[in-house]
Amino acid sequence: MESTTMRRRFDSVEASAMVSDLRVTFDSGKTRSYEWRASQLKALTKLTEENEQAIVQALNSDLSKCETEAYIQEIAMLKNSCKGALKELKRWMTSEKVKTSISTFPSTAEIVSEPLGVVLIISAWNYPFLLSLEPIIGAIAAGNAVVLKPSEVAPATSSLLAKLLGEYLDNSCIRVVEGAVDETSALLQQKWDKIFYTGNGRVARIVMAAAAKHLTPVVLELGGKSPAVVDSNIDLKVATRRIIAGKWCCNNGQACISPDYIITTKDYAPKLVDALKTELEKFYGKNPLESKDLSRIVNSNHFGRLTKLLDDEKLSGKIVFGGEKDESKLMISPTILLDVPRNSLMMREEIFGPLLPIITVDKLEESFDVINSGTKPLAAYLFTTNNKLKEQFVMNISAGGLVINDTALHLAINTLPFGGVGESGIGAYHGKFSFDAFSHKKAVLYRSFFGDAAIRYPPYTNTKMRLLKALIGGGLLGIIRALFGLS
Amino acid sequence: MENYSSLERDVRDMRAYFGTGKTKEATWRESQLKALRKFLLENEDHIFKALNNDLGKHQVEAFRDEVGTLVKTLNLAIKSLKQWMAGKEAKLPRIALLSSAEIVPEPLGLVLIFSSWNFPFGLSLEPLIGAVAAGNSVVLKPSEMSPACSSLLTSVLPSYLDSNAIMIIQGGPSLGELLLKQTWDKIFFTGSARVGKIVMSAAAENLTPVSLELGGKCPALLDSLTSSWDREVLLLKVAVKRILVAKYGACAGQACIAIDYVLVENSFISTLLPLLKVWIKKMFGENPKGSNSIARIVNKQHFLRLKSLINDDPKVKESVVIGGSFDEDNLFIEPTILVDPPLDSAIMTEEIFGPLLPIITVEKIEDSVGFIKSRPKPLAIYAFTKNKSLQKRMLDETSSGSLVFNDAILQYVADTLPFGGVGESGFGKYHGKFSFDTFSHHKAVARRSYYTDFWFRFPPWTLNKLQLLEVAYNLDYIGMLLVILGLKGSKRRLINQDEKLHDKQF
Repeated sequence: MESTTMRRRFDSVEASAMVSDLRVTFDSGKTRSYEWRASQLKALTKLTEENEQAIVQALNSDLSKCETEAYIQEIAMLKNSCKGALKELKRWMTSEKVKTSISTFPSTAEIVSEPLGVVLIISAWNYPFLLSLEPIIGAIAAGNAVVLKPSEVAPATSSLLAKLLGEYLDNSCIRVVEGAVDETSALLQQKWDKIFYTGNGRVARIVMAAAAKHLTPVVLELGGKSPAVVDSNIDLKVATRRIIAGKWCCNNGQACISPDYIITTKDYAPKLVDALKTELEKFYGKNPLESKDLSRIVNSNHFGRLTKLLDDEKLSGKIVFGGEKDESKLMISPTILLDVPRNSLMMREEIFGPLLPIITVDKLEESFDVINSGTKPLAAYLFTTNNKLKEQFVMNISAGGLVINDTALHLAINTLPFGGVGESGIGAYHGKFSFDAFSHKKAVLYRSFFGDAAIRYPPYTNTKMRLLKALIGGGLLGIIRALFGLS
Repeated sequence: MENYSSLERDVRDMRAYFGTGKTKEATWRESQLKALRKFLLENEDHIFKALNNDLGKHQVEAFRDEVGTLVKTLNLAIKSLKQWMAGKEAKLPRIALLSSAEIVPEPLGLVLIFSSWNFPFGLSLEPLIGAVAAGNSVVLKPSEMSPACSSLLTSVLPSYLDSNAIMIIQGGPSLGELLLKQTWDKIFFTGSARVGKIVMSAAAENLTPVSLELGGKCPALLDSLTSSWDREVLLLKVAVKRILVAKYGACAGQACIAIDYVLVENSFISTLLPLLKVWIKKMFGENPKGSNSIARIVNKQHFLRLKSLINDDPKVKESVVIGGSFDEDNLFIEPTILVDPPLDSAIMTEEIFGPLLPIITVEKIEDSVGFIKSRPKPLAIYAFTKNKSLQKRMLDETSSGSLVFNDAILQYVADTLPFGGVGESGFGKYHGKFSFDTFSHHKAVARRSYYTDFWFRFPPWTLNKLQLLEVAYNLDYIGMLLVILGLKGSKRRLINQDEKLHDKQF
């Protein structure tokens, strides 16, 4: 099977032809059968199992991602999702019978899931394998034809995906388009039945505006400043390790759900800083720039961006740990800053890197105001043993997802919807939520010819009015009374 | 002329009020829903009068389609509120690192609802019910094209509700534009695709999620309804009545889910037409204009639009077999039926939204499937047939917001069915609990305790840890034991690792 990588310039004409092609195939009904969907999911599983080393190599090339992260956070996650989807597919595809009431009596009704048609998935660079294929699982399970546009900022993974998807999956229904802004723009001009985008808010606006021209529904998986609030009544060592796991063990902080910054009390901050220093040294050694377990900064663009954040005048003297950089290796070491001013650059945009600012407050309750003064993040974390504080946190902090006493883990639970709110995004996926994101839930009502209530039809009379009222609000007694003309 | 200078400030105030948390309280939500119900029950007569003024709707039609359905929805919402507000537990996998996981619904914040003129109470208040039940602050803009109804909503309803959190504001397109410039947490729009695109484009600037309830050409197919020959006539009579009321009885066809056109086998036309004539007379009377059994056209612009659908094309005009008279002074069009107008004429390419019913003949009724499939996805498809294989083909091969067998429009009152479109007919859904959900954010909440993590969750990474993670991930407990005991080898070699970092066991 030929690779579907486009070698010629991929412009609007090409994009339009591709979409037409896929639409014809979709209309033929090919993608709708259980057999087709299951076969593609099995092929995806096989693709992952048979090419593990190549995937690990590509991720290492694009991000200097270590094998363990590549395996656990991308490959194993993907395999599990495939397995889960295969196991549940029949159940997901079964229509849902729903109860009907006296208002439509006699009738039966169901909700039928059907594919939307031809969908576009635009992926990101930080988990380039996972964020390309996880949505594809949902799209295929739901019976759609798919075009995937992987991120050009992770070129080795992009071309590996193009090659492998071309070899393992049904090219008449699933295509990959590699490229950058031009190719993405050409794709966005077309009419899709759904667009699934993972990335940042700026480009998300462009995607949604393009979708608006065709009334295309979208899922936008974005980011934000995910805060971690740390109380003083905790098991500090465990909490610290979990914070590190969510930050630097996730692509060196370049993950949408990494704890972006910490809020803790002025009194507790020094203890937290010490604990972080101790554990960080255990994890990455005395020379973290040399550690093979830390991803590099993806490119010089982002390296420059992060350097600028660090060089902010407002942050002079605030670095309490790390701050080492090696531009030749695009490495920045785990860096902690204490008492960062709220109006510094670092606190105004999503960091997406190995810098961890700590904001201090007098009382921990003030942290809620700090968080709510910003836009709604993708995730928010709280470390405490105070049950009242936990409930207040859940009630008052709005974010895509919340985790109490850990970070990032909710991503791995596929019975939880994964997605943002407000600036952190629209829609959700994972598990059945992926299937639903790419489905149309069609309402189907089966009516009998009997029990035809004359009260529905003109000519309209007072009796009919009475009966209608009774039918809608009156309950059985009311109906009987109305029928006998007693109301 | 409305003065909108305070709009920005009002919206800001409403957002601040939402921030106090008042609208999240169950008691607040319940009080607002009960107040809405009180408004409907106490102002029924005013509502009927307003609907009669704006659209010439008969009182019974108004009750059946608007007041009655709203009361039904309110009863359901008040009864179900606590259940809807409760978090839902999420099942955890066996290697539960979490102590609990749940999905907690929360309000989005400040939402904007744009309503439409054809069911001005229904389409304003059904979304409002969902928004309030979900705990949001709401700004509602009813349509200026149904002015008596909008006035009633703007002047009387606010006295029943908490005006700090719910604002109802009248105006035209310029108000609409001004509203779109503000920041919202959700926009719910009912109307045309043209304006829907404008709304979504404006929403994109703030990444505001939207629901678009649009329209389309909702087709009905009418099969021969033979089961036993002596019952055919009875079934056909019921089908005809249902089709007629779903066209002329639904705001004179000015409804997004009204039957737009009908498909029948050409051998059936001679049986069908006389039946239609008879039942139009029986249901709507000799003087439908006077008796209000059929509503009026909303305004002169739409009246002339409908008139030109017939008069502008001689072939279309020729195809009129019943009705066809237009009373401009009274904005009344009598029930009109056409047979086989040209498929490329405006009446067959645009949504009709009026009391003109084209009947398109096909060779075999099964041809309807291809006919419908080749056109944009409508809000509803109606299939009058007892043929099980045709039913299955309709279900599997066509796509629409909803699909109804042997009836029409009724899906609107079924609370357990999602109401919304797909493709050109829109996206998003509401009614029943779907209304609550559409105005909620479903927040994932995961909790852990402080029991120690597996040591292999953290770097420095070694082959051993990778192995353990691998087996843990696959819920392979035996494997875990074997690895820990050093009894399970690995085909893996860690790439990019110094030799000395390999675990000494291997």
